[in-house]
Amino acid sequence: MNFYLLSLIKTGLVAFVFLTALAYIQLVERKVIAHVQARIGPNRVGPFGFWQPLVDTIKLLTKEDMLPSHVNKFFYLLAPVLSVATALVGIAVIPFGPEIDVFGVRTRMELTDLNISVLVLLAASGLGVYGIALAGWSSNNKYALLGGLRASAQMISYELPLALAIAAPLLIYNTLSLRTAVEAQQGYYFGFIAKWGIFQMGGLPLLAFIIFMICAFAETNRIPFDLAEAENELVAGFHTEYSSMKFAAFFMAEYANMVNICALATHLFLGGWLPPFPAKFGADFIPFLTFAFLGGMAIFHGVGPGRARDRLWLKLGGAVLVLVGLVHLVPPLQPILVPLFWFLSKTGFLLFFYIWVRATLPRFRYDQLMHFAWGWMFPVSIVNLFAIGLLVALFT
Amino acid sequence: MDALLFGLFATIAVVCGFVMVTQKHPITSALSLVGVMGSLAILYLLLGAPFIAAAQLIVYAGAIMVLFLFVIMLLNAGAEPKPARSSLLAKVIGIPLIIALLGMLSFLIHLTVPPADTMVKFGGNTPGSPEAVGRALFTTYLLPFEVTSVLVLIAILGAVVLARKEMD
Repeated sequence: MNFYLLSLIKTGLVAFVFLTALAYIQLVERKVIAHVQARIGPNRVGPFGFWQPLVDTIKLLTKEDMLPSHVNKFFYLLAPVLSVATALVGIAVIPFGPEIDVFGVRTRMELTDLNISVLVLLAASGLGVYGIALAGWSSNNKYALLGGLRASAQMISYELPLALAIAAPLLIYNTLSLRTAVEAQQGYYFGFIAKWGIFQMGGLPLLAFIIFMICAFAETNRIPFDLAEAENELVAGFHTEYSSMKFAAFFMAEYANMVNICALATHLFLGGWLPPFPAKFGADFIPFLTFAFLGGMAIFHGVGPGRARDRLWLKLGGAVLVLVGLVHLVPPLQPILVPLFWFLSKTGFLLFFYIWVRATLPRFRYDQLMHFAWGWMFPVSIVNLFAIGLLVALFT
Repeated sequence: MDALLFGLFATIAVVCGFVMVTQKHPITSALSLVGVMGSLAILYLLLGAPFIAAAQLIVYAGAIMVLFLFVIMLLNAGAEPKPARSSLLAKVIGIPLIIALLGMLSFLIHLTVPPADTMVKFGGNTPGSPEAVGRALFTTYLLPFEVTSVLVLIAILGAVVLARKEMD
């Protein structure tokens, strides 16, 4: 098939799914935090607040687009564009699964495969600093400026241990391409322990994984490192002066960065789309069992203890989940859906971990944050890199 | 396609460079420099050096220029005031002198570097792939590489000594 046509189809598909997912991560976050804090969360728009992201988007799009009179107009308007563009570009180099056949067309489940995918992701996140720093500066507001300064200092500091933590598994896989990195994690120790990044070299990359996740929190300005938008000190930080869709652009960028960094962690440390145990122990049936279990739970609550007004939606939702699970059993679809399931569930778990931490931990103090980066993360990541380098030199 | 991209990004680089010099406001200048670096990265990509392109973006645009921007914001530097009067001499013979200098330089380069038999071919070679750069750094250019590291270390030490609080 024509390369351009194929790329166009894939890009359209990925863009649609990705942007929708970004809106729904917001809903999931609100729901999860609400339940952690023993609240209900959004439940007015549609069943269990299912249409909330849609109406939020409509609200943000139709709001009056304010342009404060005291801002530097060019940079004020440029900042959200830069932020969201650098955040969205990352998905272009992230693979979602192996090579597949769709209607006789052989293609890879990704937009593009570069031999420098990891570096592209790092470069995009490095350039993302400009969006935040410029937003803070051009707003001509002291709180926004402080937020922008904090964000840029923090992101530069945490980028170093982040890059060193990434370098550790790359040493083992001997590549900078995410696809090749995942392929290097194929196989099993003793026939059942997956050769995922965190299990290779005697489990030493687990330390790199922990460092990576901590730095990822700081890199995406999330709690406990969200000093850039500490609302009890800085109003809303760098986006104080932004409203309507420009404000939403910063949020989209934040969620897109989270997805990118979780996908990167999945590919480098958690084996990408590879299952956690071999297919001969029934790994291919796990997607069906998961969906069937979730659907069964929903139907059970719909039939029995659920509230009267939720019962119909619980039954319908449960039926849809069981159906999705059954689709995972169709043999011609299995090579596409099962790797996709593993990739999405690992990335989804990491995203859930983000939200979980946000609902649990308080915010750091700024000096603690900086001292933690330079006094702890940086030395530990260097030692970790040396240790893994030594192991790689000895055993390969 | 390659020639088109080359023309586009070369133009952007030159325009950004011009804006950087002529702009009065430090933030605009700094961001124009980022624009120059970004377009240079694309040119490196076209020349088959993906690693150099990514390093250009990560190191120069993503780290060094962010620090510049950071300092400019911290100092809250505004637009430079216009100089009270500029020298008449500079106005009259400035541009001719620059053109003469550029002309001499290009003539010298033309003399010392013999014209290549073939044009630079886009997309054909990959001298700047991660493997090639790594091999070159750790074999052919090992000594210059290490010497540069020592130089950077000395610069860092100097900065630390200068910025250190006075101890009594």
